[in-house]
Amino acid sequence: MMDNKRRKFLKMAGATVLAGISAPAIVKLSSTDAVASGGGQEAAAGGHSQSAAGASSARIRLGMVVDMRVFYQDQALLDVAIEACVKAHNIPEIPDRKSEIKWIWKTGYENAFPEHSHNHRSQILEHNQFAVLCNHCDNPSCVKACPTKATFVVEKNGIVAMDFHRCIGCRFCMAACPFGARSFNWQDPRPFIKRYNPDFPTRMRGVVEKCNFCGERLALGLEPACVEACKGTGALVFGDLNDADSEIRKVLDEEFTIQRKPSAGTIPSVFYIV
Amino acid sequence: MIEKTLKGKPAYWIWLAILGALIAIGWACYFRQYAFGLGLTGMSRDVSWGLYISQFTFLVGVAAGGLMLVLPYYIHNYKAFARITILGEFLAISALVMCLMFIMADLGQPLRGLNVIFFPTPHSMLFWDMCVLWGYLLLNVLCGWVILTAERKQVPPPKWIYIFVAISIPFAVSIHTVTAMLYCGLPGRHFWLSAIIAPRFLASAFAAGPSLILIACLVMRKYADFDAGKEAISKLTTIIMYAVIINTFFFLLEFFVGYYSEVPGHIHSLQYLFFGLEHNGEVYNNLVPFMWVATLFNFTGLGILAYMKIFKVFDYRLVGTAAVLIFLALWTDKGLGFVFAGFVPNPLEEVTEYIPTLNELGITIGVWATGFFLLTLLYKIAIGVEHEVEQ
Ligand code: SF4
Ligand code: SF4
Ligand code: SF4
Repeated sequence: MMDNKRRKFLKMAGATVLAGISAPAIVKLSSTDAVASGGGQEAAAGGHSQSAAGASSARIRLGMVVDMRVFYQDQALLDVAIEACVKAHNIPEIPDRKSEIKWIWKTGYENAFPEHSHNHRSQILEHNQFAVLCNHCDNPSCVKACPTKATFVVEKNGIVAMDFHRCIGCRFCMAACPFGARSFNWQDPRPFIKRYNPDFPTRMRGVVEKCNFCGERLALGLEPACVEACKGTGALVFGDLNDADSEIRKVLDEEFTIQRKPSAGTIPSVFYIV
Repeated sequence: MIEKTLKGKPAYWIWLAILGALIAIGWACYFRQYAFGLGLTGMSRDVSWGLYISQFTFLVGVAAGGLMLVLPYYIHNYKAFARITILGEFLAISALVMCLMFIMADLGQPLRGLNVIFFPTPHSMLFWDMCVLWGYLLLNVLCGWVILTAERKQVPPPKWIYIFVAISIPFAVSIHTVTAMLYCGLPGRHFWLSAIIAPRFLASAFAAGPSLILIACLVMRKYADFDAGKEAISKLTTIIMYAVIINTFFFLLEFFVGYYSEVPGHIHSLQYLFFGLEHNGEVYNNLVPFMWVATLFNFTGLGILAYMKIFKVFDYRLVGTAAVLIFLALWTDKGLGFVFAGFVPNPLEEVTEYIPTLNELGITIGVWATGFFLLTLLYKIAIGVEHEVEQ
């Protein structure tokens, strides 16, 4: 069962042949050195082993496609996805807007895409809520701004990750992120955690946090919590943008997608079909 | 020389006692904030920097403003500034101490502050800001102290110190340039993303710093038996006047770019500052009164200075009024408006207003009081030495 899930995900992430199914997926997702020892079972996904394990351009770069067409049909699904993230990451639910912590949340079209906004939008755009989260930018301004490297790019998979123990809470990254993707713990978040998940660390006050593309779940061979919550709907497609054969690349090749604020030059890794 | 701080008239002690009380309040507020977290401030997810960082930004300018004394005196050998150049150096020290305190007050995890040194990150402007701020602080301590000691012994300062004085000049420019770069290099913050920010910061710094020195000179003339000399004061007003004119000019250019191009990102923050920003049927305008008062102060101060120059009048009351008005105007511009408006609207084009809390104000006042306390002691030493030499 577990194995099946993993297999499915690995395929999706386009990293299948990098390693055997038995090895933890972080290895598969994260390293380009051919750890392909136990591989082979996954012949169906094969055929791209050279390209994946080959040159440095084969570095994995994780990304996501948000297919809003699915969410238009089922707005409740978005709440389910958000809920899954909240649960997986011990995100405090602070009622006061001032101190909110948000990793993935809902917002209007003109808020998510101010640059694409105009005054005769379709009813669909007007009346639906859009999912926004950290874009895990290829050229992340938050990383550039951080004076301690507490925010950094995980070289092996392109995730923009955070070290909560190093962050000094200067909030320079919050000023630097053009997407408002980051939240600061203005107080001790622990009393506001509704359902505690012992598998993920809680944060202390005074540090910044944001979506981590579920790095900790990828390490266990699981897909991101929000992606899993939308399983089977195709609402959220997650995978390796550098792998021409990945599911996400197929979607990107076929569909017209947009990014949030491309003009900011951060090169987001989250794409939207609107 | 420190012993000079231990003798003084009652006014001196009363002043120090008032500052001491404010410092105590500041510490009490800081302990509350330390125990609870920065949630005790008015800052929010949307306006993630507030008074602390805005005061920091303004005070970096005040520190850099000392350059307007150092440069004429040491480089152009302008003798009239002989007595007051040390005031510029000591002001820089106090302002930088305030800057560092404001940074510490703003950190979510102050005990980890040294991580900036443990994990030096050259692509972060904050790293460079730390380097130049500390560098400038140490340079000023060194130069101020060595030169004052020499003056006391009535010998010329050692030659090597002039190397450090010379180094301190580009440093003064760099501290405010790098501080501007904290802001003007951020994508998506249109109000800050402007190449004129650094020059504007410098222009306003070269007015704000000398204004404060001027005010201090006038206070000390009255209470401390210290006369900077009419020529020096008059020259300072000239410097301030031109710096204010340049700063105002730069600011108006921002207005032109925004309102003539009508690119929304260039208008929003200015609109928020001066006219109120309408969003979803609500008008957000809590900074508007401040900005207009500042505008009034700016032009009144400028008018007074221009009047004195054109009609060749010199009056200490006019000088003092102009300096105070200009200082307040520049403080409102950089110490309030510049930082807060940069966060309005937020990256998702929502508007959150920022209103500091009492606790936050307590800390802010406490830090200012600490700076003035230090400044008072340093000026006391400087004046004490000058009096001693005169006898
Ligand atoms: S969305 Fe913001 S926080 Fe996320 S990587 Fe990009 S710049 Fe950084
Ligand atoms: S708040 Fe933390 S993560 Fe953000 S820039 Fe500062 S140290 Fe880096
Ligand atoms: S990828 Fe993971 S961390 Fe990011 S929004 Fe989805 S569930 Fe949350």
